[in-house]
Amino acid sequence: MKVDRAHPLWLAYILHRVSGIALALFLPLHFWVLSLALNNAAQLDSFLTLTELPMVKVAEFGLVFLLAVHMFGGLRLLAMEWLPWSAPQKTWAAAAVAGSLFISGTFFLQAI
Amino acid sequence: MLDFRLYMAQRLSALIMAPFVIVHIGVMIYAIQGGLTAAEILGRTQGSIFWFLFYGMFVVAVSIHAAIGLRTILFEWGGLKGTALNVTAWGIGAILFAMGANAVWAVTA
Amino acid sequence: MAEHGSVMNVTVQRGTAETPARSETFEVPAYDNQTVLDVVSWIQQNADPTLTYRFACRVGMCGSCAMMVNGVPRWTCRTHVSKVLDGDRISIAPLRNLPVIKDLAADMDPFFDKWVAAEGRHHPTRTREEEIAPVNPQAEERQEASAGIECINCSICYSACDTVAGNPDYLGPAALQRAWTLYNDAKDANKDAILDAVSGKGGCHNCHSMGSCTTYCPNDLDPMSAIAGLKRATTRRFFGGRR
Repeated sequence: MKVDRAHPLWLAYILHRVSGIALALFLPLHFWVLSLALNNAAQLDSFLTLTELPMVKVAEFGLVFLLAVHMFGGLRLLAMEWLPWSAPQKTWAAAAVAGSLFISGTFFLQAI
Repeated sequence: MLDFRLYMAQRLSALIMAPFVIVHIGVMIYAIQGGLTAAEILGRTQGSIFWFLFYGMFVVAVSIHAAIGLRTILFEWGGLKGTALNVTAWGIGAILFAMGANAVWAVTA
Repeated sequence: MAEHGSVMNVTVQRGTAETPARSETFEVPAYDNQTVLDVVSWIQQNADPTLTYRFACRVGMCGSCAMMVNGVPRWTCRTHVSKVLDGDRISIAPLRNLPVIKDLAADMDPFFDKWVAAEGRHHPTRTREEEIAPVNPQAEERQEASAGIECINCSICYSACDTVAGNPDYLGPAALQRAWTLYNDAKDANKDAILDAVSGKGGCHNCHSMGSCTTYCPNDLDPMSAIAGLKRATTRRFFGGRR
């Protein structure tokens, strides 16, 4: 039987886990594309022209958002675990998401 | 699954990466302005000891962090355990490190 | 209790340790004031005497009646039907993350085995021949400990936790919270033993802080923060800090 899980800290946990998986899947692709600079700069350039496409810009925004959310979520966890003050958890979780949206939004605005 | 040493490695690699991530996102926001080309990237990173060390340490930290993170997920959600789990986790770390090191070399050599 | 003439469809999980779980639906008359425990009792008394379930105090003190109600672990004696009725349906199952003995009765052995394994027991500093060591009730450590000692071992937190579900070795929120209360006990002589016990494969470091334990604890305890405290203590010990 499934537990009704939609409380805020559980959502933070799921977001953290899913963003981690997505980033871990993205990384090998990212590393491979960059390594083209060594032997195949032309192919790298042709990949980079893809970054002009709107779909790609949205995807980039998504990636930056996932990275920021994963990092801020992780810092929230570190603060809760290692700092002596008891944090108002939900507020921090919300602040982490908001901060991530802000940073990825900035990225997006620069990209478009 | 996460005994104390894995937990510390995970948390410490995360702390190390926090400033790297912030700088990386900042550089990306700057770099994508006016479009992105291989020449522009390489112009910034090629021959740079700083970027070599920066991204080199970033790759080491992320290989450890992602491998431990995926290990936990493979165990809790994938049911993988024992030797199979450890071999897979080490494998993931090794692949990420190899590909990452190759990428760092590609843009800074 | 006034009956208001309508009927609820109550789905109950049946089965034993050997047989696969199956669902059975009963039509139960709805009353104005009714708890889920009333519903289960009605089924056993009027529809199917072979239904197995547990309760004792029926006033929210003992935790025996804990079950999954619509996917959420609750004390059924303190769950008003009106709060959980989904249309005219309720779904009742034995506590999650524990083996089933029969129907709605779960086997609490793994829960108590882990309670013991977390080393949440007192390690004395004195013998009966010596004077009793005073404990300052205002001390920060004592307040930390006192925040967790009202646990009645109902296993709701254990059933709510997804990490327990994914990791059979994980000691779980209740056992770890108990360890934390002993760690903060000014009279405990062996805090290292406690930290060792919670640092293994199933230890506190598996917790992902999803907080379902704290959200669903009917006694308003906060195992998630207790586990964070254990993580902090083990980390401090690692860096050579104070016990």
